[in-house]
Amino acid sequence: MSALQEIVDTQPIETTPKKYMALGNYASIVVVILLCVAPLIAKNFVIFQMTMVLIYAIAVLALNILTGGSGQFSLGQSAFYALGAYTSAILMEVGGVNYALTLPIAGGICFIAGYLFGLPALRLSGIYLALATFALATAMPQLLKLHYFEAWTGGVQGLVITKPDAPFGLPLSQDMWLYYFVLVVSMAIYVASVNLLKSRSGRAMMAIRDNEIAASAMGVDVALYKTLAFGVSAGITGVAGGLGAIAVQFVAPDSYTIQLAIALFLGMVVGGVGWLPGSIVGAAFIVFVPNIAEHFSKGLSGAVFGLILVLIIFLLPHGSRQIAYTVQGWVHKLRK
Amino acid sequence: MMQAHSGQNASPLLAVRDVSVVFGGIVALNGISFDMKKGQILGLIGPNGAGKTTLFNCLSRLYQPSKGDILLEGDSILTRPPHRIAEIGIGRTFQNVALFPNLSVLDNVRVGAHSRTNSDIVSDSLRLPWVRNGEKAMNRRVEEILGYLELNDVAHTVVSGLPFGTQKRVELARALATEPKILLLDEPAGGLNHEEVYILGDLIRKIRDDRGITVLLVEHHMGLVMSIADHVVALNFGRKLAEGTPTEVQNDPDVIKAYLGSKDQ
Ligand SMILES: Nc1ncnc2c1ncn2[C@@H]1O[C@H](COP(=O)(O)OP(=O)(O)O)[C@@H](O)[C@H]1O
Ligand SMILES: [Mg+2]
Repeated sequence: MSALQEIVDTQPIETTPKKYMALGNYASIVVVILLCVAPLIAKNFVIFQMTMVLIYAIAVLALNILTGGSGQFSLGQSAFYALGAYTSAILMEVGGVNYALTLPIAGGICFIAGYLFGLPALRLSGIYLALATFALATAMPQLLKLHYFEAWTGGVQGLVITKPDAPFGLPLSQDMWLYYFVLVVSMAIYVASVNLLKSRSGRAMMAIRDNEIAASAMGVDVALYKTLAFGVSAGITGVAGGLGAIAVQFVAPDSYTIQLAIALFLGMVVGGVGWLPGSIVGAAFIVFVPNIAEHFSKGLSGAVFGLILVLIIFLLPHGSRQIAYTVQGWVHKLRK
Repeated sequence: MMQAHSGQNASPLLAVRDVSVVFGGIVALNGISFDMKKGQILGLIGPNGAGKTTLFNCLSRLYQPSKGDILLEGDSILTRPPHRIAEIGIGRTFQNVALFPNLSVLDNVRVGAHSRTNSDIVSDSLRLPWVRNGEKAMNRRVEEILGYLELNDVAHTVVSGLPFGTQKRVELARALATEPKILLLDEPAGGLNHEEVYILGDLIRKIRDDRGITVLLVEHHMGLVMSIADHVVALNFGRKLAEGTPTEVQNDPDVIKAYLGSKDQ
């Protein structure tokens, strides 16, 4: 067997078949209604947590496009999240730009950064790519601390950001307004991402994920779509980072360590690799489960968290999408 | 009937000129030359390891010949990157089926149409009207191909769950979606039973007749090659042993010796 045939024969990573990538119409409507109503019955701190769930959901979704879509691994998403957060923070606090306007700029800068990072990353795949992105994640906090940039970044101290008020005199608390603002942004990003993955570009990325050589023989520019996937993923992560900075009202280098990148990776696995709606489940996991673990045992919260994680992976190897399919099966039976 | 589609004096559609490929110390192809005329079904035969797949991989630009040239309609293809081969009309299937296992039959074939369509990620994300229209036009072509190869029933099935014979047909459909001038088929009969091989032979001839596609067929199954090929090239150890009509090649003493000497035929 020739070397080429071996490449052709290698098994791709297991992901969600494309036709199951999004939710159906009814399920989507139910989820949107729940997300709209939830803050009306929650306390302010819970609203803040829910805002963070949406923001992390955007970042998990971005990783899902990269890994579930194009088959490339990344443990470096925290670096793009940080870049987006600092872009928004600096534009708002140093440049006096409106918070909403900083988001497309953060997304654009991170798209370019991700695309450029994707170029050398073309030579790597699988665990080697994971290692390269890992290095990026570990380097980022140190770069942000460099005193060349201190005039803008605030160095080790970071920057404090003022929280935006609801516009047009709407009778909403700042937390409530920010929640709905983030909800609209995340829904727009979700719809665009589903569109992208169902389009010619998305099919090209998934073809590369499944078999690079065959994709290339069909005319797919493998290098182009791999770097584009990196760019898109980083751009969306940057928007999440910008939103995160506004919600937390603070950016500092040590908020964006490798731990964040690993959390986003866990979120993707728990949500279901390649299943975009799972992103919000994964995000809820990384926001709430550490708290739950701490509730069980303060001293051993890390161990409890690990145990919960292992149980989930053992019981639900395909993440939350497995539950969704089971429920879908029940609904089908009930209808009959 | 056999030469019905090949204009006798026309310049060749594809010209392989003195192509050699070396892997480390192994000479996989050694100065191979032959021509393909438009509308021809050319059978490429030879024992295992003769260099047939290597030649295919040169035509797909996956391997770079160390010597020689390959011309499509007079222009060298050797300056093109592999992903710019489909657009000039060279489509292929793989010896060990190389589909996109997590995609549906429909999406596999749609990827085949990649080089015949265009889009960018911004328009795709926004699903702009021209993107929707483009998809509609492409879907019509893809559905025609699925109908042609009787794959309608499994259009929405994920390919990894399909039987091997059906997967081979999906690969053929995907290659047709590239709208090739030349179709390269690498051992399409491999793994098929006797009856399926017979149906496949008819299908390949039908594709040539209906669609005017020139076919380069690598096949171990001598019966299939001899029944549908207009012209046959025989390889052994990277060299051209013989070339001519199926009957000529079948009766060539070197070819007979090569096949008797190898255990697998
Ligand atoms: N990528 C490769 N690296 C090294 N040797 C190869 C490679 N591809 C093919 N070969 C060698 O080239 C020769 C021809 O192989 P191949 O073209 O696959 O033969 P066929 O398709 O006629 O059975 C064999 O000796 C094979 O081992
Ligand atoms: Mg072969």
